[in-house]
Amino acid sequence: MLKEKLKKMSHGNMNLTLKVWRQKSGQHKGNFETHKVQASEHMSFLEMLDVLNEKLISERKTPVAFEHDCREGICGSCSMVINGQPHGPQRGTTTCQLHMRQFNDGDVIAIEPFRAAAFPVIKDLVVDRSAFDRIIQSGGYISVNTGQAVDGNSIPIEKDLSGQAFDAATCIGCGACVAACPNASAMLFTSAKVSHLNLLPQGKVEAAQRVLSMVNQMDEEGFGMCSNITACEAECPKEISVDNIARMNREYISATLGSNKTA
Amino acid sequence: MALKNNVPEGPLAEKWTNYRGSMPLVAPNNKRRLEVIVVGTGLAGASAAATMGELGYNVKCFTFHDSPRRAHSIAAQGGINAAKNYQNDGDSVWRLFYDTIKGGDYRSREANVHRLAEASVSIIDQAVAQGVPLAREYGGLLANRSFGGVQVSRTFYARGQTGQQLLIGAYQALSRQISKGSVTMYNRHEMLDLVKIDGKARGIIARNLLTGKLERHAAHCVVMATGGYGNVFYLSTNAMGSNVSAGWRTVKRGALFANPCYTQIHPTCIPVSGDYQSKLTLMSESLRNDGRVWVPAKVEDAKAIREGRKTALDIPEADRDYFLERRYPAFGNLVPRDVASRAAKVECDKGHGIVATGNGVFLDFAEAIERYGKSAAHSQGLHNPGKDIITKLGTAVVEEKYGNLFEMYEKISGENPYKFPMKIYPAVHYTMGGIWVDYHLETNIPGLFCLGEANFSDHGANRLGASALMQGLADGYFVIPYTIGTFLSKEIRTPKISRDAPEFAAAEADVHKRLQGFLDIQGNQSVESFHRRLGKIMWEYCGMARNAEGLKKAIKLIQDLRKEFYSDLFVPGKQDEFNPELEKAARVADFIELGELFAVDALNRNESCGGHFREEYATPEGEAMRVDDEFTYTSAWEWTDVNSEPILHKEELIFDNVELKTRSYK
Amino acid sequence: MNWFTKFLTSSIGRKLIMSLTGLFLIVFLLVHLIGNLQLLIPDGGEAFNLYAKFMTTNPVIKFTSYGLYAFILLHAVQGWLLWAKNRKARGGQGYAVQATRATGTNAGIAKRMGALGTIVFIFLVIHMGQFWFKMKMGDLPVQIYDGVEVNDLYAPVKAAFSNIGFVLFYVISMLFIGMHLMHGFQSSFQTLGLNHQKYTPFIKFLGNAYAVLIPLGFALIPIIFFVKNM
Repeated sequence: MLKEKLKKMSHGNMNLTLKVWRQKSGQHKGNFETHKVQASEHMSFLEMLDVLNEKLISERKTPVAFEHDCREGICGSCSMVINGQPHGPQRGTTTCQLHMRQFNDGDVIAIEPFRAAAFPVIKDLVVDRSAFDRIIQSGGYISVNTGQAVDGNSIPIEKDLSGQAFDAATCIGCGACVAACPNASAMLFTSAKVSHLNLLPQGKVEAAQRVLSMVNQMDEEGFGMCSNITACEAECPKEISVDNIARMNREYISATLGSNKTA
Repeated sequence: MALKNNVPEGPLAEKWTNYRGSMPLVAPNNKRRLEVIVVGTGLAGASAAATMGELGYNVKCFTFHDSPRRAHSIAAQGGINAAKNYQNDGDSVWRLFYDTIKGGDYRSREANVHRLAEASVSIIDQAVAQGVPLAREYGGLLANRSFGGVQVSRTFYARGQTGQQLLIGAYQALSRQISKGSVTMYNRHEMLDLVKIDGKARGIIARNLLTGKLERHAAHCVVMATGGYGNVFYLSTNAMGSNVSAGWRTVKRGALFANPCYTQIHPTCIPVSGDYQSKLTLMSESLRNDGRVWVPAKVEDAKAIREGRKTALDIPEADRDYFLERRYPAFGNLVPRDVASRAAKVECDKGHGIVATGNGVFLDFAEAIERYGKSAAHSQGLHNPGKDIITKLGTAVVEEKYGNLFEMYEKISGENPYKFPMKIYPAVHYTMGGIWVDYHLETNIPGLFCLGEANFSDHGANRLGASALMQGLADGYFVIPYTIGTFLSKEIRTPKISRDAPEFAAAEADVHKRLQGFLDIQGNQSVESFHRRLGKIMWEYCGMARNAEGLKKAIKLIQDLRKEFYSDLFVPGKQDEFNPELEKAARVADFIELGELFAVDALNRNESCGGHFREEYATPEGEAMRVDDEFTYTSAWEWTDVNSEPILHKEELIFDNVELKTRSYK
Repeated sequence: MNWFTKFLTSSIGRKLIMSLTGLFLIVFLLVHLIGNLQLLIPDGGEAFNLYAKFMTTNPVIKFTSYGLYAFILLHAVQGWLLWAKNRKARGGQGYAVQATRATGTNAGIAKRMGALGTIVFIFLVIHMGQFWFKMKMGDLPVQIYDGVEVNDLYAPVKAAFSNIGFVLFYVISMLFIGMHLMHGFQSSFQTLGLNHQKYTPFIKFLGNAYAVLIPLGFALIPIIFFVKNM
């Protein structure tokens, strides 16, 4: 079997059947379209979609709309569900870093947009994730104007604590957590930002107000509630931990009951 | 047109302080009435928009992304320089200034670079206050590491994701202003033209990318922070959407484009693997702290590896050529980027390349793993440890330092870099050239400012590692908020600019016509195919090494490509809808024109400096040879017409404080 | 909205209600099991009947029991509300392919807490109709211990546990309660934010043990009765 696989590799040819979700706009109904594509093992998943689009354009058809930009796993643009999994089968990997060697010749691959009421479809695989921006705008920052800062070393931060804050801050805002969650909950995204800022001494000043405002905004955007299924953590391309959700719960409860702040 | 760089009088170290002390101010009540447009939300744009919002200006901010956080600054890996001297290793503002001037091969403006070095210190403080989780030592204080081309440790970092963390910091500051209403954010809007009224920049035409509708946005001035143009090479480490269009549209309206030929080729990227490839991935420069670059000394060994008959492990130590260590013993594997890239190209051109395309060299961590392994074994009290234990312990150390990069490499290449050396090759990474600006970061169009990678200002002919983040944030947080006041203080009597002005209508009609033009061609070739062909021409003739003959050929080829583009392009869909192909068409059309100017500039500059290497101007050992008598100037190009030559304006570079020397890393 | 109602209707507030009522019910299960174990004392049901009388007449217990009924209802109603809200948040269009990756919890159960809870609720209704309703509304034979009249709840229990159909229903229901607990126990701690690198593994272990042992205890009683009476 290995020999067979090696042989295919050297040919660099995989024949794939794609079932791609096509939807003209949020107002239109969508449906799956089937396409055959030839790909090489070394292509990224998005390069394979480029091949499909080149083919569609050569047939004077409308190419599949999908979001992508940095293609190195950090901008968080790519947003598609591949065979039922946001960003596809490889753990801790964005779609743009997923390579075709994760698939086999003859595979049928279903490609769908992230689905959630708070992420309405714009076109094909493109969805509107501006709800995330509004959550950050509601309090995901430290209120400090440019020029007000004290010397960077005047605030010592324990290495582990800084590391924990960093782990939460690696969130790329892609929305895979929402897409993966059966409840379309944005708890992992929101809690990652709450954790990043509330863990640090600089962020402690506004910690109570931050968590109240951000959770309030998250609810208003129409995301679901957390059932502690942890599919978000499993599908997160940056493998952000659900420990952050527990921290946000804790901070939210204590901010509500233990401070004079309201959302 | 005489170029006035508006550098303030006085000694170098006092220029910026004096400027800030004497510049005209705008009172808070007037700031509220003044409108500023910021285009772009990367480090420079987001920090500028946030800071000007804090100051009280009425800011409108634009990005073509779905969120300001997606700008490509996010992908910067290694770090950000600052002259903090926290390591007590003799760093200072002067040294950072000097290293940057030298690293830029003496082709940058002294006053700007010194200001950058001064601002670097405040950037770190600002980032920490915003909650950017920069790396810490066990004592809780900030950590540093070293980067190429310098002998101090002044680079601050957040693992391999420094750009991401700094951008998130700026994005959060911007989000705060958006929530306060001082900044109005326009996501998914692309600037397609600049509107000038009475010679001043007064607004833009932007296309709402979701609806395709053209919109007029007016303001008292326009700030562009729209990034670099590396994608003119098609394959680069830039994001797919990174483009030159906003800048190029201003060039069409009279702004000058400076030094387009200064392009940085980063030595450590994952090599091209096939024709379908859409982008290249960088492996951080920090890897050269521990990785050793080599190729097989024998051409037949290289051939065997290319054909898959041998692997790196089959080549005995004696038959390996560690060419950077051999050629540059003083800096070894940590020579600046331009030097390392060219050396790799030289080896591959001689037939020593180790990937199927011939273009690749090894970056080997075996020695580092052994060294760290022995040290770890020693600290665990293991005497005479076996090779297995050393490798295991050493691998753990390397994993802790570079784990995320190794993982990324494995995902892309499918090879385990702990066992086999990484295969790397140089790739286009950053563009030092850009829109010409004066000391105020103002272009030759009054009221049009340009920040970050989009302008040409601070890096000369080559940028040192960890300096791009520094420049973007210095421009946005600490320069433009001051210098824009010099312009706006004269505008306090100007009423709100009307979008009904005839200039807006004319610009909108131009954009509409241009976009419709792309759709109406109805030819047979896709935008992508033209872009790919442009990239091949650029890489072949304007890449790591250039010569007059090749550049002349490139100009001809690009001109032919442009004609073919306008006669055989096919763009599906319509204007008034979400149409990514149409967006790309407009961008590639601009890249084609820029590409030609690039070659013209490279042909004009009869010397080798930094990222611009002309084969005719090299020392016998193959090192770059500057021609200071003739070329100590910035080339600022004025656009005329596709059918006539651009006009060259020269800004003489005056070095009062440093002596021009031949860069040596030997 | 007043801050407190806002709190209780927020996503985290709603989950907090689930968590606290759930934890109360978890504790109640233990108390209930201890009571039920008295069925196994071979005294013809005396201990059990006295226990049942104590539980229905002691004023403190009575007061607590009203809390219990309220919490059961609150837990159930809130659960259904969450289920409906989450469905709405998910949107109308589901994924064509369903795939899951291994997660840190038992995701298969976690996803089906609404359905499992509904089954448990149906069981509760039947269960209470059968025993609790009878105890409360009389209609039971009477036993006299030390001159005091006590309702003989033991009799209908013994009768029911001799019926194979009912024994199976009871045992299978315990399986569902076990699954519900398997997720509910540890999840309630996560919702309260009681998460700690050192203690969480223990809580997870305890939750799993609880989810196995308590329902097993409940299920063993009818099985033992049935076997004895065969």
